[in-house]
Amino acid sequence: MKSALYEFTLPGGHHWSFRMRRNTALRLTDLEGGANLGMLIYNPENPLERYNAPDSLKAQHTFRLGQGNCLYSDMGRCFASLIRDDFGGHDTVCGYQSKKACLAQYGHHSFQDHLNDWTLSGEESFLKELAKYGLGERDVSANLNLFSHVVTDSDGNLQYDPTPVRAGASTTLRFDMDALVIVHSCPHPLNPATEYPKKPVHMEFLRTGPVTLDDECLNHRPENRRALENNRLYYLDEPVFFSRTGDQ
Amino acid sequence: MLKDSPRVLKDARFRQTFGAGDYFLKMVKAGETFRIIDVEGNEAADALFYNAHDTAERYSATDTVREQGNVYLEAGSTLMSNRQRPMLEIVADTVGRHDTLGGACASESNTVRYAHDRRCMHSCRDNWMNAISENGEFGLSKRDITHNINFFMNVPITPEGGLSFADGISGPGKYVEMTALMDVIVLISNCPQLNNPCSGFNPTPLEVAIWEA
Repeated sequence: MKSALYEFTLPGGHHWSFRMRRNTALRLTDLEGGANLGMLIYNPENPLERYNAPDSLKAQHTFRLGQGNCLYSDMGRCFASLIRDDFGGHDTVCGYQSKKACLAQYGHHSFQDHLNDWTLSGEESFLKELAKYGLGERDVSANLNLFSHVVTDSDGNLQYDPTPVRAGASTTLRFDMDALVIVHSCPHPLNPATEYPKKPVHMEFLRTGPVTLDDECLNHRPENRRALENNRLYYLDEPVFFSRTGDQ
Repeated sequence: MLKDSPRVLKDARFRQTFGAGDYFLKMVKAGETFRIIDVEGNEAADALFYNAHDTAERYSATDTVREQGNVYLEAGSTLMSNRQRPMLEIVADTVGRHDTLGGACASESNTVRYAHDRRCMHSCRDNWMNAISENGEFGLSKRDITHNINFFMNVPITPEGGLSFADGISGPGKYVEMTALMDVIVLISNCPQLNNPCSGFNPTPLEVAIWEA
């Protein structure tokens, strides 16, 4: 994983989409601290299969996502595994900011007046990228908000928590399936800032190998092992983790 | 917050009982109130809602928990759409709280959560696939099957960030009641899950009652 196949710094407040190949990895770095990377994931062979936050959370008995966690599709497979993470606990329940809420919080900064410094919402960003693939509002699922941390108290009250934010925090997603990845770097919907935060995210596309038996994400939960076994069935790989018939 | 309803069942304009593994799909008009009754207790009602005139607008779990600043649903909660508009308000509840983060069971996720030999069992998502296939007039497809509410389910989130499926806090005859704030399509799967203690391994019927505005 030493030299990147491709590198790009996504400026704050922008959006992008790309294809990841199975057994490649994406290392994301919050260069300045305080970035938010909204992400949606689809199976390019059948975009009806998509990242599913509830399945990811309940299978791994967690409210937040960090090192060792897998990102599940709604079809019982693992799109990607968080093989390295030093941020600790990414949000996937707060969604994205609407165009209307973004205008109310940060004011109107049109392209005409501000050119590339205009202020976009997560909503506009996701919908623009999705439209390039024939996808739209009906296809938006609960997204990831990487580098954003939210906490709950014992009564379930939900709050944005800036504590883990720091320059240089990074997370690496190994893709265990081919994936269409939609991203935006617009503010988290609960970010209390009064000025639109424009925080870049550096992206490195890396070579990696297939999952090995000592893989942290594979061994993190028995559910992850069974999901990766479902990936093996999808690609009809040779048996590695299980016998052909058994699953225990 | 527990809150009893002043409505009585004999005044309802519509009542229907549906068994575990069956679905309920019906339009409820703006201003009407409907109740879901956990008839025998410990049953899960996996619910989705759509704007009856434009189904691309639908219940959004993320918008709802973010806008109310709490991950649980209870009396007083406003159920928000993906366009940040109020769709329904919970006006009465004898359970205490309901889950909207745990999603719905599926044949595919059963293989992950339990074992690969649990693939061929009925599930909420298969129940919804049945509902949309048998009722083409609603114009719903798999794209519209999104993140639901699990009425009567107890999924505690701990301050440390844990999430678990705990024993239900519902019981026989308990109910939750909502007033529609727009014309909505209500789609409920009476959860057929046999692998999870949430239904006591014995899924039971639900009843829906609707009152006019």
